[in-house]
Amino acid sequence: MTIDIQQFVQTFLEESFEGLDTMEAQLLELNGDNPASIDTIFRAAHSIKGGAGTFGFSAVSDFTHGVETLLDQMRSGTRSTTPELTALLLEAVDCIRSMLSATDSGQTPDARKVADTAARIESWLDDSPARSRHPEPSATTAPRASQGWRIRFEPHADIMMTGNDPLRILSALSELGDMACQCDLGRLPPIETMDPEQCHLSWDIVVHGDIPRTAIESVFEWVEGECDLTIDEITAGEEAPGPATDEDTRSSPPPADKTENQDSATQVRQRDQSSSIRVNTRKIDALIDMVGELVITQSMLGELSERLQNGDPGCMEQLLDGITQLERNTRELQENVMGIRMLPISFAFNRIPRMVHDLSGRLGKSLQLQLTGEQTELDKTVLEKISDPLVHLVRNAADHGIEMPEQRAAAGKPETGTIQLNAFHQGGNIIIEIADDGAGLNRERIRERALHRGLISEEQVLSDEQLDDLIFAPGFSTAEAVSDVSGRGVGMDVVRQNINSLGGAVEISSEPGAGSRVTIRLPLTLSILDGQLIEVGQEKFVIPLVSIIESIQVTPGHLRSVADSRLLYRLRDQYIPVLFPDQLLLGDARRDRDLDHALLVVVEAEGQQAGLVVDDLLGQQQVVIKALETNFRRVDGIAGATILGDGTVALILDASGLMHLASRRTPDAPLLKRRDNAAA
Amino acid sequence: MNMGQALETNYDVTGQEGEQFLTFILAGEEYGVDILRVQEIRGWTRTTPIPNAPHYIKGVINLRGTIVPIIDLRERFNMETLEYGPTTVVIVVRAEHEDHDRIMGIVVDAVSEVYSLQDDNRQAPPDLGNAIDEQFVTALATIEEKMIILLDIDRLLSNAALQQIRPEETTQ
Amino acid sequence: MKTILAVDDSNSLRQMVVFTLKQAGYDVVEAADGNEALSRAQSQNTDLVLTDVNMPGKDGITLVRDLRALPGYRFTPILVLTTEAGPEKKQEGKEAGATGWLVKPFSPEQLLSTVQRVLGEPSA
Repeated sequence: MTIDIQQFVQTFLEESFEGLDTMEAQLLELNGDNPASIDTIFRAAHSIKGGAGTFGFSAVSDFTHGVETLLDQMRSGTRSTTPELTALLLEAVDCIRSMLSATDSGQTPDARKVADTAARIESWLDDSPARSRHPEPSATTAPRASQGWRIRFEPHADIMMTGNDPLRILSALSELGDMACQCDLGRLPPIETMDPEQCHLSWDIVVHGDIPRTAIESVFEWVEGECDLTIDEITAGEEAPGPATDEDTRSSPPPADKTENQDSATQVRQRDQSSSIRVNTRKIDALIDMVGELVITQSMLGELSERLQNGDPGCMEQLLDGITQLERNTRELQENVMGIRMLPISFAFNRIPRMVHDLSGRLGKSLQLQLTGEQTELDKTVLEKISDPLVHLVRNAADHGIEMPEQRAAAGKPETGTIQLNAFHQGGNIIIEIADDGAGLNRERIRERALHRGLISEEQVLSDEQLDDLIFAPGFSTAEAVSDVSGRGVGMDVVRQNINSLGGAVEISSEPGAGSRVTIRLPLTLSILDGQLIEVGQEKFVIPLVSIIESIQVTPGHLRSVADSRLLYRLRDQYIPVLFPDQLLLGDARRDRDLDHALLVVVEAEGQQAGLVVDDLLGQQQVVIKALETNFRRVDGIAGATILGDGTVALILDASGLMHLASRRTPDAPLLKRRDNAAA
Repeated sequence: MNMGQALETNYDVTGQEGEQFLTFILAGEEYGVDILRVQEIRGWTRTTPIPNAPHYIKGVINLRGTIVPIIDLRERFNMETLEYGPTTVVIVVRAEHEDHDRIMGIVVDAVSEVYSLQDDNRQAPPDLGNAIDEQFVTALATIEEKMIILLDIDRLLSNAALQQIRPEETTQ
Repeated sequence: MKTILAVDDSNSLRQMVVFTLKQAGYDVVEAADGNEALSRAQSQNTDLVLTDVNMPGKDGITLVRDLRALPGYRFTPILVLTTEAGPEKKQEGKEAGATGWLVKPFSPEQLLSTVQRVLGEPSA
């Protein structure tokens, strides 16, 4: 029977990647010899090597063998831990990771780097006396045709204490050929003094057949130290078994049984493309309970509706109670199901310590990283998509934020710059902060560059916050500005776009000389949002609550016309543009409406505020987001669609998209920097 | 002639060769679409308009939890439009695009028949003038002396057909 | 039905072992580390123990010693799963009281043939 072990490969890869993360984290912290830590690192490498061998990844197994050997020496004390050794091991971790990823995704690993690292590991091992390598298969002499073997098997008295049963051994021998066996009772003591847990028997055995010696020896492999064993070849002409009297040949330890594992890297594997998620069984149990309650409520409602049908008037109140209970059950169930997709943000954070460590070296700066709130949970998809932006923002902080040690010292700051990564829940969102105690944003330079790129005009007066926000403007980061460390071509505008596409927002605040802080706000889930239902003309729309600052009634006299094409509203101490969704979205010509006491929903996006004129506010509710792209395509100004309680479709507005739409209609007075205006 | 007789006289009833088409009426003409692309037939329900969409896209509806755009074929072909009423029919079809399939509804005057068509019933479309863009027509078929214009759903409801109209392009 | 106690901290390897043995008809009890294994052994006698050597908490060799101290496990076959890099582990295992060993990496077929040699067929 052949057993397909490919089904376990996915688990092996998952646990190996985890093991590599553990190795990396421990190596980063390793200062000198820390036995517990080194042991953990060793075991991780050992596991990976074992699994790699079992599941056919021989390249990984071979590579990891050297790593494991180094670590074994370190843990036994024959080799001391040095920073260079740690650095080499970190590179080895990278290599193993890339080799395993390659099998997972089908890409080719960086063969040169792997070979180079392997060679360096070899050279480290070469100067050590304790050199354990794969045992060379002992030279096997070509087995001659054999007639059979004569064996004297005398187990020591306590052979059974190791669970070895002589009968098993005899039975195994009998499978090798024709066996004749005679038991020697010579050592058997009288029954009164006999200990049944001891073995007092011996056997003289003859096995006929063309059997290699190694086969006989392997039967006794486990018990060689627990018996007296003689194996002699039967030469032609011999017959009946008899106690062997010639040489007392102790069986030599047989070579390790080595079978070839196919190199799976060359096999074409059909793997299930679906991604998986690990869920705490407690969450699943809670879900099962809730579904149970739902079923009870449902049957109760069913019963009530029957009674109602049979004309029982008294149950109206119970029916209403039942509906309330149903609401509660559904809400609980919904929250918990969402919780299943939630993972701690530590998964996104775990790349960062290594990166900061490497950056520190590359940039010649002294950096320290502080992580808080790693256990804060968020949706798996959001988590996966926020990883890259986070990496980019931390790189930025290290590259542009933190000053060189000399500058910091001159400014009276500690030489080591600190980058803080923090995550926490707030309302229905997760907030992620990336703060640094570096030099802060250089507003003069930002202003210059924005002018140079045509993003702002000379006369424009911008507040500090608006200036800071310009770094997210498309086209702001140019090739020359983006250094090698921060990654070519990935600008802050892409970071903002990525975050916006997740339904979130990103802002920066800065204090020159003291540092900067980037704050990312993300919804906890991609599929449900809290929205404000509004009515515009005949249509209903939903505005995500996360975009709404407030909803007000227009105070007469606060409206100002500008050049007849724009309308501004004075909101406390600032003027915000007034937008008409019916024009922007429904194509209605500008209606003559009395704007005194009209309803204005003040929204905010990309550091900018605007007021939307609506006809009615219809209450707040949670809505399920359905993507328009499924059967249609993306629409500017629209974040998605939802199905209301009455079955009709309502579109979900996208505040920044609306502002861009409005900008395009008034090209002379853009609300936001125009995307199409971005210089290359 | 009824359906049964039509089938007997003109083509192989067992339909081993050829494909099946659902035909519908639009401004007096009969059109056909591959039956394998037809998901269902429904009556008209009020749509939610999509901003800045071409005039023939009337909006989206809720089809058992899925958001489905509705295209008015009369408007797509620049024909005179009709008021929607209780007899208006929407055929829900599956259009295949490079990135993924899309479910969409097309508004027609009425649904006609399902026919099995052999290759020899079909001929290349002649110049139909500006009435219908030729790229949408795969072939013409003849059944009982009727001409059926066979439509290419994928081209008709292509990505290009769904593109946005920029507000700057419309007259204010 | 013969029961096997399988102990290994590597999920994928343990899953493979458990699956292979169950498919062959044996009952399997599993544990991810030495402590869990010992507590299982204390509440249940099994017919064979397979244990990895390098595990967090209690390692395999210590486990073997502890198992032999349990009345129900004095004669139970115990096999340690070693790697070629550690031939001394075989000796250590034997000294601790192990019956024998299996060298990693092994194929499911090798696993089964060894188990069958020691235990015989699944049904008692």
